[in-house]
Parts: sequence; C-alpha cells; structure tokens
Amino acid sequence: MSVAPSPAAVPRGVWSWVRRKTRRRYANPKEPLLKAVARPYNRAHHRFAVFTACVTFLLIIAGALVTSNDAGLSVPDWPTSFGSLYKIPHLVGGVRFEHTHRMIAQFVGFLSIVLTVWTWRADRRRWMKYLGVTALGLVIAQGILGGLTVLFYLPPAISSAHAALAQTFFCVTVLIAIFSGQRWVEEIPRVEFDERRPSLFTLTLLSILVLYVQLILGALFRHHGLSWWPHVLNAGTVAIVLSWTVVRALSQHSEIDALRRPAITMLSLLIAQLCLGFVALLTRVAWGRDAVQPELPMVISTVTHVAVGALLLATAVVLAVQVWRHVPIASTERVPSRQGKPVAA
Amino acid sequence: MNRKLCAAMFLLCLLGLLAGCSKKENTNEEQGTAPSSEMKPAATSAPIDPATAASVSGSVTFGGTAPKAQKIDMSQDAACKGSNTAETIVADGGKLANVFVYVKEGLGDRTFDVPKDSVTIDQKGCQYHPHVLGVMTGQNIEIRNDDETTHNIHPTPKDNREWNESQPPKAAAIEKNFAREEVMLPVKCNQHPWMKMYVNVVKTPFFAVTGADGKYEIKGLPPGDYTLAFVQEKLGEQTQKVTLAAKDSKTVDQGFKP
Repeated sequence: MSVAPSPAAVPRGVWSWVRRKTRRRYANPKEPLLKAVARPYNRAHHRFAVFTACVTFLLIIAGALVTSNDAGLSVPDWPTSFGSLYKIPHLVGGVRFEHTHRMIAQFVGFLSIVLTVWTWRADRRRWMKYLGVTALGLVIAQGILGGLTVLFYLPPAISSAHAALAQTFFCVTVLIAIFSGQRWVEEIPRVEFDERRPSLFTLTLLSILVLYVQLILGALFRHHGLSWWPHVLNAGTVAIVLSWTVVRALSQHSEIDALRRPAITMLSLLIAQLCLGFVALLTRVAWGRDAVQPELPMVISTVTHVAVGALLLATAVVLAVQVWRHVPIASTERVPSRQGKPVAA
Repeated sequence: MNRKLCAAMFLLCLLGLLAGCSKKENTNEEQGTAPSSEMKPAATSAPIDPATAASVSGSVTFGGTAPKAQKIDMSQDAACKGSNTAETIVADGGKLANVFVYVKEGLGDRTFDVPKDSVTIDQKGCQYHPHVLGVMTGQNIEIRNDDETTHNIHPTPKDNREWNESQPPKAAAIEKNFAREEVMLPVKCNQHPWMKMYVNVVKTPFFAVTGADGKYEIKGLPPGDYTLAFVQEKLGEQTQKVTLAAKDSKTVDQGFKP
C-alpha cells in the first residue's frame, strides 16, 4: 500500500528543501504540492541499488573462494594482472579464482560509481547522497586494501581488514537498497514506543557489534593471524545476543512486518551459520589439517560460512534501522510539577 | 544496568580478541637478499686440512607404518599431466627420504666461501624437483619451469625476504638466493596449491638430504665434536652428538617415529 508521507515523517531539513524545490518545479497551482512529494520513489534507482547489493554479495563469495583456495597470490602483481590492466590471463589453477575476483571487483567499483552519481542526482534526501558517497569511498578503500594485501604478501592485518571492509560495504549497499525502496520512501511507519531496558535498538546495535567482532576474529583466523578458538568462543556470545534480540523483537513487536521479517531471517541465518561454522571447523581444523591441497568440503563449507555471515550481518543492520524507524525509545522526562509521561526520544 | 551490561559484553569481546592474538612470525628484522655477486665474500677462517678431514654418513628410518601418500587432484589445470602424490612423508621400506641433515653445532666461528655453482629447482609435472633442497647463504638458486603452464614461485620465509614471482612456460630461469640461515623454508605455488617444497639455508657446506634409500653422507669435516640435526618437514627435528677424529668415517643413523 503506498501512502503519501506526512510532513512529520520526513526530516525537517529535507522537508523544507523538498518544499522549495517542488514549489519551483510545480508552480502550477492546480497540481497539489503533495503529489510532487509523493513521488520520490525511483524504481529504476532502487532496482539498481538492489542489483549492486546482489553483485557485491557475489563478490564476497568470490573473495571467500580466493582465500579458501589459497589463491590470493596466484596473480603476483597489482593493479595489473600479469603486467596487463585489461588482458584476461589463462584462467587455470588459482588464477581463475583471483582474477575472477578482480573482474567482479572492477564491476562492483563501476556499479558503485553509477550508484553514487545516481543517488546524488535522483535522491532528494541529503543523507542518502552522503550514504552514496560513503559507499564509493568504501569501495575505493576496499580496492586499495585488496591491492596492498597482494603487494605485501597477504599480511593477516591487511587481509582481515579487506575481509571486514567487504562486508561493511555490502551492508551499506543493502542500506541504500532499503532506503531507496518504495516501502521505506512512501510508507507511513507504524510506531510502537519501546519502554523496556535495554531497548530493542540497543540490542540490535549490540548484535551488530558482536557480529562485527566475530567477523574480524573469523577473518584473522582465515588469514593465519589468530587461532581458531577466539572465533569459536565469540560464537557463543553472538548466539546469546542475537537470540536475545530476536526474542525481544518477536515477543514485543511481532505485529510490525518490517521487524518480524528480519528478526525471523536473522534467527534462521544464525542457526544455519552455527551449523556451518561447526562443519567448517571440522573440515578445516580437524580433517583438513594435513591436506596437501584445499579440499572441496573445506572450500564449500568455509565459503558458505563467509556468505551466510555476510547475510547475517546485513540482516542485523536492516533490523537495526527498522527498529530505529518503528520502535523509538521512550524516555521519561523528569518534570518536577507533574508525573513523567513517556515521550519519543 | 544496561550500560554495565553493554560494557561487560564489549570487554568480553575485546579480551577474546587480545588473548587470542598470536604472533605469526617476526618480520620486524630488516631482511635482504642481495644478489650473490654483490655480497662480500666471507673471510674464510683456518682452512680445513683435507688430509685430516673426516666424514659422517648413515641412514634415516621411519618406524611404524608409513602413511599412504595422498593423491593430488591436478584436474584444475590441464597442463599438469601425470600422476602426482604428496611428498609429505616418503618412506619406502622404512627408509625416510627428504630429511635435511646438517651440522648444527661444533664448527664455532668458522666461515666458508659461498659456492659459485648454482643449485637448481625444477618445476616439472606441476611438482618441484627436488622436494627438499639445501643451499648455503648467498648461494645462487636457479629456478626453471619445464611445464606448459605458468607457475608462481612464492617462498614464505621467517627470517629472509619474502617474494612472489610468476614464471610462464619456457621463460628464462629465475635466479635468487637467501641471505640468512633458515631451515625448512617453505616454497609454494599459489596457482597450483599442492606444489610445495622446502629450501634449507645454512652457513656451512656440511649438509645433505636423504635420498629414496634414506641415506646421507657429509664429507670434509674437520675433527671435532658436532651436533647433527635431522629435520623432516612434518616430523620435526632430531639431533645427535658425534665426535670425529682425524680421517674418521663414522656412521650415524637416525630414526623417526610417527
């Protein structure tokens, strides 16, 4: 259901900017002002953002394949590949993983430039423009980190930063896709005040934090900078915090679709991720210790573990922004003369 | 309460991160691999009298049942032909091959000239030949590619400079050397992840690598008390003391267990 947004649902600065712009463009008094405001949703832009997020997810899988196949240095130079910027080398052995990863990365870089420019020109929300620019900055930083990790022979710190930034960029593309969607742009959000402590929003932020720590620990383990046990130990913390968040969301705000869906998705992904983590530990640490080459079960389980981890982090971020939108924190104002009343923070 | 809970969670995560951090390797030390021609020849100490030189030889055995060699799947590159099995532990009839034997202690401050002859690493059948190599510090290593596919040669040392170069088919040989002592320095090909070998870099010419029959021989040692080290890539290092008199020819056997 698409409903025109009320002025109160739009940030004040953006609202006044929109009014100024629409007044100039829609000078015809027969055309109502709200009609112009009611059309900020740009389907093509949104679909492009969704496409960029999907290709970024593909890029994360390609990157995970490079690490699992120990192919990170099969192309020894950067930014060229075997001395050429455009020539595709013979895609055999580790080169097929590394060079495919580079080609998808170049494509994602191109998509990010288009998305940033498009967002800057098409979206009226200033913070969306900045989010687009952030995405572009992240993808540039990610490319540089990818180059540095090749030039410095995969140092654990740089390789892990490359892995963590990849998922950060993925989350930003998912956010752009969410914020440019029709539901976000045109829907009047259903609001339920959160009076419980810790608030659901705090829990979602905590979920993101523990997932991010888990991502860094996992990346350090994959890139030989850390033992496996901190990652496994923190998996318990992740399970507890995420379960707590999901239970709170589903028990208190299950009637809000925008919360229920990511909460259920997060729980499903969490269960899948824990199982995958166990399998990955078996295939890599227990069974694959003496393997003379990367074995298929190890490659499949670890790559899937990385991919589901990225989806889990993105889902946690989506849940956090939906909670921020639909379940604002109620705070009690201490007014000496009368009883405090819950108001939106 | 809420803040305390968050702080506790954050500290728990941070502690896990800090406690789990392990040092990978010491890379702070400045490293270099100047070409051998640029290296100053070490001042040779008192020459060894060939008339009194002793030798030590023996065989290295593997106790118990040798693990079955893992078969390598080379299907990801059609240019990698033939059968290929892992050389992690090669023990035929209890004789252990690819063990690096060297004089670890006993030569004091003696220095030795770097041999002018190069040693060769050959990439053939998507395998390194030899699997274990011994060289002196600064000695030239010639790396050849006899395969119809591109390889990359990537040593991952702890004490020497790391490098990674690709070598197309029929390309000119790559010439390298290692400036510092390092035993069981891994060399790998990232294009063909099963390709692994080990280079052993020592300061003396007194080393050998056991052949398929498990035998080794080190000649030309001056009389003295020595510690012989036997290093296997998977089974680790074992040492034995040996005393050599002038013109002595002693047998020192060594056994490894799984």
